[in-house]
Amino acid sequence: MLSVIRTLWNVFLHTFQPRETIQYPEEKPNLPPRHKGRIILSRDPDGGERCVACHLCAVACPVDCIALQATEDENGRRYPEFFRINFSRCIFCGYCEEACPTYAIQLTPDFEMGEFNRQNMVYEKEHLLISGEGKYPGYNFWKVAGVKIGGKDKGEAENEAAPVDVHSLMP
Amino acid sequence: MAKIWVDDKWYEVGADQSLLEACLELGFDLPYFCWHPALGSVGACRQCAVKQYRDEKDTRGRLVMSCMTPASEGARISIKDADAASFRAGVVEGLMQNHPHDCPVCDEGGECHLQDMTVMTGHNYRQTTYPKRTFRNQNLGPLINHEMNRCIQCYRCVRYYREYAGGRDLDAFASRNQVFFGRHQEGTLQNEFAGNLVEICPTGVFTDKTLKKHYTRKWDLQMAPSVCVHCGLGCNTTAAERYGSLRRILNRYNGHVNGYFLCDRGRFGYEFVRGEQRIKQTLARQDGKLKPLPKAKAIEQLGRVLPGNQKVIGIGSPRASLEANFALRTLVGPERFFSGMSDQGSHLVSLMEEILRQGPARTPSLSEIEISDAVLVLGEDVTNVAPRIALALRQSVRQQPMEFTDKLKIPRWLDHAVREAIQDVKGPLFIAAPSATRLDDAATATYRAAPDDLARLGFAIAHALDPQAPDVPDLAAGARSLAEQIAAALKSAKRPLVISGPSSSSAAVIEAAANVARGLAKAGQAVGLAFTMPEANSLGANLMGGGDLSAAFKAVEEGRADTVIILENDLYLKAPAAAVDRFLDAARHVIAIDYLSTPTVAKSELALPAGAFAESDGTLVSSEGRAQRFFQAYIPKDDIQQSWRWLIEMMRAAGRSEAESWSTLDDVIAALAQGISALAKITEAAPSAKFRKLGEKIARAPNRYSGRTSMLANINVSEPKPPDDPDSALAFSMEGYQEHPPPSLTPFFWAPGWNSIQSLNKFQSEIKGPLRGGDPGVRLIEPPETANGSFFSSVPKPFAARPEEWLLVPLYHIFGSEELSRQAPAVAELAPKPYLAVNSEDAAHLQVQAGDQIEVNLAGTAHRLPVAIHPDLPKGIAGFPAGVVSLEGTGLLAWSKLSRL
Repeated sequence: MLSVIRTLWNVFLHTFQPRETIQYPEEKPNLPPRHKGRIILSRDPDGGERCVACHLCAVACPVDCIALQATEDENGRRYPEFFRINFSRCIFCGYCEEACPTYAIQLTPDFEMGEFNRQNMVYEKEHLLISGEGKYPGYNFWKVAGVKIGGKDKGEAENEAAPVDVHSLMP
Repeated sequence: MAKIWVDDKWYEVGADQSLLEACLELGFDLPYFCWHPALGSVGACRQCAVKQYRDEKDTRGRLVMSCMTPASEGARISIKDADAASFRAGVVEGLMQNHPHDCPVCDEGGECHLQDMTVMTGHNYRQTTYPKRTFRNQNLGPLINHEMNRCIQCYRCVRYYREYAGGRDLDAFASRNQVFFGRHQEGTLQNEFAGNLVEICPTGVFTDKTLKKHYTRKWDLQMAPSVCVHCGLGCNTTAAERYGSLRRILNRYNGHVNGYFLCDRGRFGYEFVRGEQRIKQTLARQDGKLKPLPKAKAIEQLGRVLPGNQKVIGIGSPRASLEANFALRTLVGPERFFSGMSDQGSHLVSLMEEILRQGPARTPSLSEIEISDAVLVLGEDVTNVAPRIALALRQSVRQQPMEFTDKLKIPRWLDHAVREAIQDVKGPLFIAAPSATRLDDAATATYRAAPDDLARLGFAIAHALDPQAPDVPDLAAGARSLAEQIAAALKSAKRPLVISGPSSSSAAVIEAAANVARGLAKAGQAVGLAFTMPEANSLGANLMGGGDLSAAFKAVEEGRADTVIILENDLYLKAPAAAVDRFLDAARHVIAIDYLSTPTVAKSELALPAGAFAESDGTLVSSEGRAQRFFQAYIPKDDIQQSWRWLIEMMRAAGRSEAESWSTLDDVIAALAQGISALAKITEAAPSAKFRKLGEKIARAPNRYSGRTSMLANINVSEPKPPDDPDSALAFSMEGYQEHPPPSLTPFFWAPGWNSIQSLNKFQSEIKGPLRGGDPGVRLIEPPETANGSFFSSVPKPFAARPEEWLLVPLYHIFGSEELSRQAPAVAELAPKPYLAVNSEDAAHLQVQAGDQIEVNLAGTAHRLPVAIHPDLPKGIAGFPAGVVSLEGTGLLAWSKLSRL
């Protein structure tokens, strides 16, 4: 009997507690940055496209909803000619972000992607590419990779020695 | 057989193997870099270390390099041993110290042997903090990309390029940890087999530059077994597609044919399929011009032309599949079907087929050419005509010297020990050709002469071998002694080989080669006789039968025909332009089926777009007489469909009853095997479309094929069902059987942990041996046990130079002479510019210097060409680059006046 009364009293006390339910959509939820929502493509600190079209996100995708084609600029910098995500298939698992060697593809806390027409769920590169670095500031793949691109010669990447003089036999 | 213990279990392994080979053959995952099945062992990379124990009591053991240790009876090793495993991990760690952080942008990624081996040894984190060594790259031409930072110094590239392929211009430079692999200066790699570096290099130093332009990872490619169409040898290839276009060609191992290697024409010639010259729409002549016409309308038009028309003839093609040729033959009737070969070509191919069929000798496969120990090449520049033979001949000259190293008890797989013992000694290889060939540096002796004189040398060799063979009167003393030298070398060989072909446009050369083979066969020797063929299916087209082009021209001229169906054939390459013009103008209806917009297509009334090799199924007969099936890698876009499907539609339009029962490739093959007894065995070339493995079709795409639900989402978000393939047991999907399909249906080589082409080890029944389940293809021609027939006796008269005329001979070029590959941009870039070659003496007589313009008058047409001086050409002969300069149709071996401009 006593326990029943205690329970009723506890329930009554909840009337004065702050509410947990959020009145979405009038009120927006505060999602952490690591929430897995809409996918974006970010840029490196210099403002260049981070994506190097390595196809790792596409191969990691369990529902195969990423398709892209690699191409190169005249200086050997590789980038996607097109990059397409079919969000009507995406399960927001985040494997693409985990696979990405350049921090280019990132999941964001935005989840408001509802569409009346399913065709509008297909995002191309111009819909995905944002102007900033997203969650991982500071990283620039091209500064680490040992390939030559415009503005960065051989031996100019991080922790690289100057190119070997192949005509030298000196130790 | 030897019994060895691996990790305390015993296994039977083949004798004369290294431990590495034995372990790989048994299915163990043992990492390696510098070893390659075709190159043997040198023990340079120290990656394949295992622990070897003296006997069962030995518990300490010692580390040995498995590639350098024979799998001798009773050997006890451990792969799992902790010391060995940590040694192997340490080696990879060392190699990775300087490896650049660029896998995401490396073309090798996903099929990289270094990646596989690193994962296999367990190394995953670079602990050193020293700066990484870097190199500058070189531009190695339009075929191969160079990215030297990735190099792990395994030396496979220079070993392959210099020692195996005979190249001179790739080498190792500098010293200690700064070894650079490249040319002494930037420039195109000169060797014709340089493309194999792409597969030889265990990482991304050498990659395919044509693939780079439309790059796709291996896991994203939809692939199918294919057969190379750029010469008659029928090398097996893998055609790979993504997003509806052909992306690359890779070697597909066939132990009897191409083995591990392709030539650069075969590897890089594929881009014609992607080219601007493709016809993609059905075209019909409207107001004098070819304009697109809906396919249904075109069929309607055929329905007006074909039914009841008794005047239809069909011209087949030596570059089209047997099935397409047979469908045309059925449509028009055997007596109204023409093979589509030039008169001369048809004559020579028939002669060669007759010789192969009647004996005296068996036609060897490429792998048998490789182990021949004395070779005579008569009238062919094999490097430029049938390139893969040249690579095989470079190995054949090592056969006799290796008998010496066998006596020294050096195992053949111990590559550098064998090469050290042999030094520069070469076995007998004799090359007789109109001019210098790229193989001359490997030859014992060369002979350069006009075609008739080449034939005379051949006849003289045959006479020296067997006095019953006709003698050659008035042979020059030099040629006589050379003939005797060659005869002696062939006679003392165990596996002599004679190679000839139609390149000299001379029946006498072919007959002379046959006489040499007969002379050897009569002496009881196991002689091989190999002929090159002008096109991918020349032998098949010849077995199909049908008259030559003149007969077709005559039929129209005499009014017996007025409607011509031309299948995948550019007649302007086969007959004089004036004659072709006359023929095409006289015909009331000209219907062309082709994939390229050729001059013949331009003259047609209706042009139907055909599928190129990667878009078609069919069977080709190689110069060995091997029928091999090739399969579609993808379904082409627009109106393009396979030639034989067009022909079935034509049959339906013409109201032919066969059309009703022919709906798939198997129906056509069944009818073909029944209709032509010489080709009856082609049904065995590959399993039929009904074949299933574990109840499934075989997947064309790897398990990790990506983008299924988005590659077409831009067109429609609801993805379509994958297309059906009624013609083969392959599926246009990654869904299906993946592991070990039958060899003729293996679309790609992949095994768990082995993403690179090295996974091939898992598909062979023995290393370097046949694929599991037997190598693809079925031989159609076997000579009788006892060769009947007699020696050819028409010895030509010696060649006599004429005072003011020159004999025009075609000089072949690997890049440029073949019709299809020269449409590929990378190959076109390497093709020679037009020239007319004469020797220095003739040039002085004509008062011309290199680069001067000269006029050639042929059949009333004047051609202006710049002069090139080839000091090696015999006097009285002028050479022109076949295919590059279109004198071809005007009848080969013509005499012409040359006049200086």
